[in-house]
Amino acid sequence: MTACKLQRRTFLAGTALVTMLPAAASHATPEAMAAAIKEVVGNATVREGKVTLDVPPLIENGSTVPLTVSVESPMSEADHVKAIHVFNEKNPQPYVFDATLGPASGKAVVGTRIKLGDSQRIVAIAVTSKGEFWSGSADVIVTLAACLEEMT
Amino acid sequence: MANVLINVPKTARRGEVIEIKAMILHPMETGFRPGTSGRIIPRNIIERFTATWNGTEVFSMAMSPAIAANPFVSFFAVARESGTIALRWTGDEGFAVEERVAITVA
Repeated sequence: MTACKLQRRTFLAGTALVTMLPAAASHATPEAMAAAIKEVVGNATVREGKVTLDVPPLIENGSTVPLTVSVESPMSEADHVKAIHVFNEKNPQPYVFDATLGPASGKAVVGTRIKLGDSQRIVAIAVTSKGEFWSGSADVIVTLAACLEEMT
Repeated sequence: MANVLINVPKTARRGEVIEIKAMILHPMETGFRPGTSGRIIPRNIIERFTATWNGTEVFSMAMSPAIAANPFVSFFAVARESGTIALRWTGDEGFAVEERVAITVA
């Protein structure tokens, strides 16, 4: 009897998991983002902090979203940010951009405009010349998504 | 001749950190959208943006379809010497544009 109950419980848990899976497989998932981040980071530890994402929390139009990533760093010859990688969870692909900087940058700040297909979390990872990885993230709500049909 | 907007100060003090802003006219077609015919519009994006100061690379960026149409980029650079800043965009379908601006460092 107990075995039967357990089976029923595991079966229910299993169906719950299946229904939670995203319907559109063509979109990136948090797992896809994690995989994309792993490609950049490898087995190194990523610490949270130093990276700030400046993005509006509520976005009316996902086709152009202003995003500024700033990293606290002296940007000296000995200690500077080498690269900034930005990832997303729910666009068709998990990549947004990879910027390469150096001591000639003076300030580790990069601004651009991006597209967002859904409300999601954006993650930025900074790689320093010392080989450290720092991360920052921002949650945004998108009311009108990008990647819609062509306008007629 | 592509339409490009570049905002760089004309003069700077030596050692000053200046902001460089650039925007280029480009559809940044993702390759994920169906067109009016119902077929997917093929991808056409700018893949790479590079900034060089007197031939030395100071900033570069690899773009993805998640960059908005008419890509805008802003970044910073230390004014070390007078000369030219060259901005270069390259991408799908043989897209390649280079623009140069002069800067005087006092």
